[in-house]
Amino acid sequence: MAEDEMFNLLRGLSFLLIVRDVSSYTLTAVQVWSVHAIGPSSGKGTPDYMKSQSKNQAISNDRERSSTASSRCPSQRTTVRQQVSCAVTHRPTDGGCLTPITTCMNIARQVLNCPLFNIHYRRFCTSQYTMTSRHANSKRIQGLDKNVWVAFTSLAADPSIVNLGQGYPDIPPPSYVKEALAKAASVDQMNQYTRGFGHPSLVKGLSQVYGKVYGRQIDPFKEILVTVGGYGSLFSTMQGLVEEGDEVIIIEPFFDCYVPMVRMAGAKPVLIPLRLKSGKTTITSADWVLDPDELSSKFNSKTKAIIINTPNNPIGKVFTRDELQMIADLCIKHDTLCFSDEVYEWLIYRGHQHIKIATLPGMWDRTITISSAGKTFSVTGWKLGWSIGPEHLIKHLQTVMQNTLYTCPTPLQEAVAQGMLLNCELMGQPECYFTSLAEELEGKRDRMAAIVQEAGMTPVIPEGGYFMLVDVTSLNQDLSHVTDDEGEAYDYKFVKWMIKEKKLAAIPVTAFVGDESKKQFEKYIRLCFIKQDSTLDAAEKILKNWTKI
Amino acid sequence: MIVQNEKGYVFFSSITRPMKATYCSTGSNEDFIFSDYYSTWFLVCSNVTDNSGNSTAVSEQLFRTNRVEFTQLAAEYKVVNLGQGFPDFSPPPFIQEAFCKAVSGGPTMHQYTRAFGHPPLVKSLAKFFSGIVGHEIDALEDILVTVGAYQALFCAFQALVDEGDEVIIVEPFFDCYQPMVAMAGGKAVYVPLRPSGAVLSSGDWVLSAEELASKITARTKAIVINTPNNPIGKVYKTEELQMIADLCIKHDLLCISDEVYEWLTYDGAKHVKIASLPGMWERTVTVGSAGKTFSATGWKVGWAMGSGQVIKHMKTIHQNTVYHCATAAQEAVGHGFEREHKLFGSPESYFQQLPATLQQKRTKLAACLESVGLQPVMPEGGYFMIADISSVKVNLNDQSTDEADDFRFVKWLIKEKGLATIPVSAFYSPEHRKEFDNYIRFCFVKEDSTLDAAEEILRKWSQEQ
Repeated sequence: MAEDEMFNLLRGLSFLLIVRDVSSYTLTAVQVWSVHAIGPSSGKGTPDYMKSQSKNQAISNDRERSSTASSRCPSQRTTVRQQVSCAVTHRPTDGGCLTPITTCMNIARQVLNCPLFNIHYRRFCTSQYTMTSRHANSKRIQGLDKNVWVAFTSLAADPSIVNLGQGYPDIPPPSYVKEALAKAASVDQMNQYTRGFGHPSLVKGLSQVYGKVYGRQIDPFKEILVTVGGYGSLFSTMQGLVEEGDEVIIIEPFFDCYVPMVRMAGAKPVLIPLRLKSGKTTITSADWVLDPDELSSKFNSKTKAIIINTPNNPIGKVFTRDELQMIADLCIKHDTLCFSDEVYEWLIYRGHQHIKIATLPGMWDRTITISSAGKTFSVTGWKLGWSIGPEHLIKHLQTVMQNTLYTCPTPLQEAVAQGMLLNCELMGQPECYFTSLAEELEGKRDRMAAIVQEAGMTPVIPEGGYFMLVDVTSLNQDLSHVTDDEGEAYDYKFVKWMIKEKKLAAIPVTAFVGDESKKQFEKYIRLCFIKQDSTLDAAEKILKNWTKI
Repeated sequence: MIVQNEKGYVFFSSITRPMKATYCSTGSNEDFIFSDYYSTWFLVCSNVTDNSGNSTAVSEQLFRTNRVEFTQLAAEYKVVNLGQGFPDFSPPPFIQEAFCKAVSGGPTMHQYTRAFGHPPLVKSLAKFFSGIVGHEIDALEDILVTVGAYQALFCAFQALVDEGDEVIIVEPFFDCYQPMVAMAGGKAVYVPLRPSGAVLSSGDWVLSAEELASKITARTKAIVINTPNNPIGKVYKTEELQMIADLCIKHDLLCISDEVYEWLTYDGAKHVKIASLPGMWERTVTVGSAGKTFSATGWKVGWAMGSGQVIKHMKTIHQNTVYHCATAAQEAVGHGFEREHKLFGSPESYFQQLPATLQQKRTKLAACLESVGLQPVMPEGGYFMIADISSVKVNLNDQSTDEADDFRFVKWLIKEKGLATIPVSAFYSPEHRKEFDNYIRFCFVKEDSTLDAAEEILRKWSQEQ
């Protein structure tokens, strides 16, 4: 297209196409309202700054500059006929283009920023530019982008840091599950899709194991759904059963994903904290209890469900039968559902018993129980979990599953099935992994508690799970020098300081509570103790030398 | 809940929506073949007659082209299964080895990895695809690894579609698009590919620019395309993609491009990424699949690629839904892409070998279909082939007259010939279904023995004619 034609186009157009056909280069549309030249116009020819541009000039910018235009004397504004040189963008050909588009864009910016002309433009449509607001996120995820893991995983990633933060084992999983996985992958059909709601051998195995535990027949196809980790079960449950406008009661401290998931389902989280019973010297997770009246006051006609987590992350509380009965009574009274996150169900320490709320009278029909292969077999990276419940509830989770990811990986499910069947035989015996892992962890728990106390901190001895809450109040650590976000809680500051100064990573507990309870929990940090001895040795060394500078 | 009405139809009130079922009995068991808007489901129901002669359903397993169970079914009833859309052969040895190596690797292989994608995998994906897209892809910002391409699609719709948004879906479409749009509160608007001219190839199925433009309203948020297309096998040409791109740019739409079959193109057809066209990178989400790429559908590893500005919203969905994907499989797929990057374009590349193998199977299947009067539409890509059933003269011998022709034909084909396929109108919206009920879909990513068995059936059939 000749320059003249191009300039004709330019005059007062609301849509500008800037072209120069140079060899294989074509054009990109730039949406511009109008182009005005400031200063003397015709006769000047192409300004020098434009002559020096290469063929690959592009015009691009996304800022409005009408304010600049209005400050100029109107009489000086003329249409840029002679002064705007043709510009092109380049189109990357299939083989890749020679001049990186970034270079073109930079040149474009210079051209547009030149004071000799004002270009009023709205936006343009070439690569490399930020999305307009039309392509912002959907409303359902508004405010859900940040979480504690995003913040702390990278901080703790440095290998010199002893990581007792994120909750995964650095002890190896039992060899038979790894072998089962390798074996499964060698079978042709195990590398292709399996049944969407759960690989048949896995759901049958789960039905056997949990049939024993629940003391009831569990239909493998209708009452079990296999999901991507306990996380995926929580998501399927929320999406399948919670509606816009519902309320969901969450007990603090809670695994941090409960609140965003409830919000993503359009519902309102209603929080109630566990409270510390006073007057004890040695504190265990059993000393953190719910106030029955307070809990009762949270239920109303909008309450869809209550989420419980037993054993609890991060405190490690194992809810007693009486406590569960109290919750069950309220669920029945108000006809609410119960979502019971029991991923740590096998990690119970001596003197305590894991009770499934679904086994209490009247509760099977209103409870979804969530479990995790990752926590059961120390294979968090397998991301397999399952939901167990009555058909009329599970079917809705299955609907979510078939419209979200459809099916879980086959070989992993086959391997977990083998693991389940093997341990089903051994249940109740010391060789059963469900028992042996808990025993191994109890030793680590006790060791962790001792070394934490030696450093002058106060542990909350967990009855279950593999986390320990540690009260750092008595250290009186001055953190005023730690620069931080406005209003960042003490434990966040403490953990960041500890990572930096002591090379020990933990997780701040206020990540697991709502704003109103922050003050109650901000002197606690969470340590994960499912770690091999060498990791615990390293932690011990740091904690022993704590008071030394 | 199964209800039988007077016509012998069984309505299965499924977990999602009521579906119409037709049943054909083969032997003592009764098979229910369900079809609904979105997919074809196969229900195996074992009926047992008790002493009073009353029959009760003993066990039900509802599954959707489930290979494991369907293989048993196929073996039992001698059905040659060209319906289910995944390979019946194993993934290539190098990828299986990579998986075994990952499994026997250190403890980190069995614990959580980076939530948005295992670093070695996203790095090898970025390296591999940057040259193809013509854009420097940032491994950490521009890629999200998901549980299969299915979850990538889910994240895209959830992250970008709001209540009341309209999403244009090009028909025939992979059945999950519509429910996902609905789940995000959006409204699906359909534009069909229409056969033009002789219709001998999938390239003869085209999108009308006017028709597409007419569907765009102020509420249109995105357009979903699938190239190579399932079920037709169409590989969109650059001009066709440019037409779509122009509309996306003009109306500021997003584009969700499902390219899971990107390596399976035949006769020199070139797979073009719409994201590589000018103005499209920042508004396109390109979805890919390790399952389809490496013939390992059961691994469920997929990804979404696009501008970090868009991908970040999908990450938010991902971190509030599944958070992490399984580590070992990602490690293996990363190695797979490293290998393919080195061998790119060479005869040892799996991305050359697989389409070459499948091209032969495609030719063979097409010839068999022609011999019985079925008119195949030669797919330019993918591993499905549709065939026109109009000119096949068979007495369908069924009482159901208000069912779509292709459904009736599929049922007859299973019952009378022992050959399983999928009716193509299942891939269409209700409003266009009637226009396209004369095609059935065959899948040819099957072992030679399976295709031989199909050939045998078709040969016998043609001899009877």
